[in-house]
Amino acid sequence: MATQASRSAARLMISPSVILLFLWMAVPLGMVIYYSFRRYRLLNPDRAGWAGWSNYSNFVFSPDFGGALVNTLILVLGVLLLTVILGILIALLIDQPIWGQGPVRILVISPFFIMPPVSALVWKNMFFNPSNGLFGELFKYLGMPPYDFLGQAPLASIVTIVAWEWLPFATLILLTALQSLDGEQLEAAEMDGAPPLKRFFYIVLPHMSRAITVVVLIQTIFLLGIFGEILVTTSGGPGTASTTLPFLIFKKALLDFDVGTAAAGGIVAVILANIVAIFLMKAIGKNLD
Amino acid sequence: MARAVTPARKTVNTAAAWIVALIIFFPILWTILTSFKPEPVAVASPPVFLNFDWSFDNYRTVIQQRGYGQFFWNSVVIAFGSTILGMIIAIPAAWAMAFVHGPRTKDLLMWMLSTKMMPAAGVLVPIYLIAVYFKMLDTQILLTVVLMLMNLPIIIWMLYTYFREIPVDILEAARMDGATLFNEIVYVLTPMAVPGIASTLLLNVILAWNESFWTLNLTAFNAAPLTKFIAGFSSPQGLFYAKLSAASVMAFLPILILGWFSQKQLVRGLTFGAVK
Repeated sequence: MATQASRSAARLMISPSVILLFLWMAVPLGMVIYYSFRRYRLLNPDRAGWAGWSNYSNFVFSPDFGGALVNTLILVLGVLLLTVILGILIALLIDQPIWGQGPVRILVISPFFIMPPVSALVWKNMFFNPSNGLFGELFKYLGMPPYDFLGQAPLASIVTIVAWEWLPFATLILLTALQSLDGEQLEAAEMDGAPPLKRFFYIVLPHMSRAITVVVLIQTIFLLGIFGEILVTTSGGPGTASTTLPFLIFKKALLDFDVGTAAAGGIVAVILANIVAIFLMKAIGKNLD
Repeated sequence: MARAVTPARKTVNTAAAWIVALIIFFPILWTILTSFKPEPVAVASPPVFLNFDWSFDNYRTVIQQRGYGQFFWNSVVIAFGSTILGMIIAIPAAWAMAFVHGPRTKDLLMWMLSTKMMPAAGVLVPIYLIAVYFKMLDTQILLTVVLMLMNLPIIIWMLYTYFREIPVDILEAARMDGATLFNEIVYVLTPMAVPGIASTLLLNVILAWNESFWTLNLTAFNAAPLTKFIAGFSSPQGLFYAKLSAASVMAFLPILILGWFSQKQLVRGLTFGAVK
């Protein structure tokens, strides 16, 4: 039905979006690449000049980088593991015939709508605080010494907070996938005497595999950028114990005012994110045909 | 895949599901309860659940002394402004791609999505420098534009997946009956597109409201939205749990309620149509 006229009209309708997104991508990226090869400190702007690869080597070989990379991996993998496994279990539970499925869904999805600084501060103060937090109270009740969660296990604590934020997303998507499963197939398997675990691993899990892939990829994109939670809980500390890659770049740029090194870090982050993105695009692209 | 089970089994499942749901919801419930407590009760040991003098004092304090109103207004302007601006740009594009499906439409859509993969931290430096150069730091306009650009691919994708479901045959039927392009759009397509547009709007307002990388890094006070307001509580002075809770409730309640309405569309929207 596409005539020549409607095609050119379509091009006109699409072009504002394309131009804006192109600028939004190309201009900052071009600038980051440029600055990543420049010596540029906001506090000392006179000493500007080409820096060669020194910003990259400063960033990559700084003692903080390795730690930040490991912390980022722990954060992403920890949250993925928790949300996918718990998400599957909770989705299986909610999918059973129960009374009040609607309200249960609403309660489970709620944390997803809470803004990250709120989630982080509520957990930090009202749960993790060793003297006034609820976990502290629980420890006291059990006769255990107080434990400073964010001081002694900062990364695990942040993983907990972020997993709480993303568990609803995983659960909801896995539940949606589960609800499209053909019940007759399961009943047939049941009649043939397949035990529940076998039914789960041979029928339910394969059916959910696509949804699991999507959850993992989309969450990874968002988790690689986790920032607000770290800023308001530990500010990357103690020391650098909970400094992730985005947080390290933020520190270089807006705390050390070292634009060049931060830009080099930005390029590293872009490359890492693109590796994930390639897989995500493949998974989503399949659905377009 | 719901199947018939015995009432006993259903009771057990129901109890288990509700317990899990309440555990997940508990931090939110606890925040709401704490917001009504006097400060000493908020940190009482052992913790007090319901048995205290409920009052709105914390809300009053937060509104009057912490300038809640301005932050709230900034959040409204930035979240709705960026989403509506994005919709104005995205609707024609999604429309054209859905109804004039060309050979390169798929590539174009994937390319748009790929701009979303750019990590915010990676482009923090240039965006910050551009903002400084144009003296736009800490302005509503900057935040509105940045969040609009950030969410534009999601908006286009969501609209596209909704528009794709509008049957093209109806258009042809209308055309046969002599409808002009204008009539076609106003009387045939728009009514069918409204639900998709509404849920796209809703979900993107939620995403923009909660966005906390750009809103924290590009604002100081004038354009600071509720994310910044709450982050301001991270270095506490004295007793503040109840006030923090009241501020938190005021920051999340409007969006939580919007979220409950949008949860059915959430899956589709956030998986770009890959899970339905």
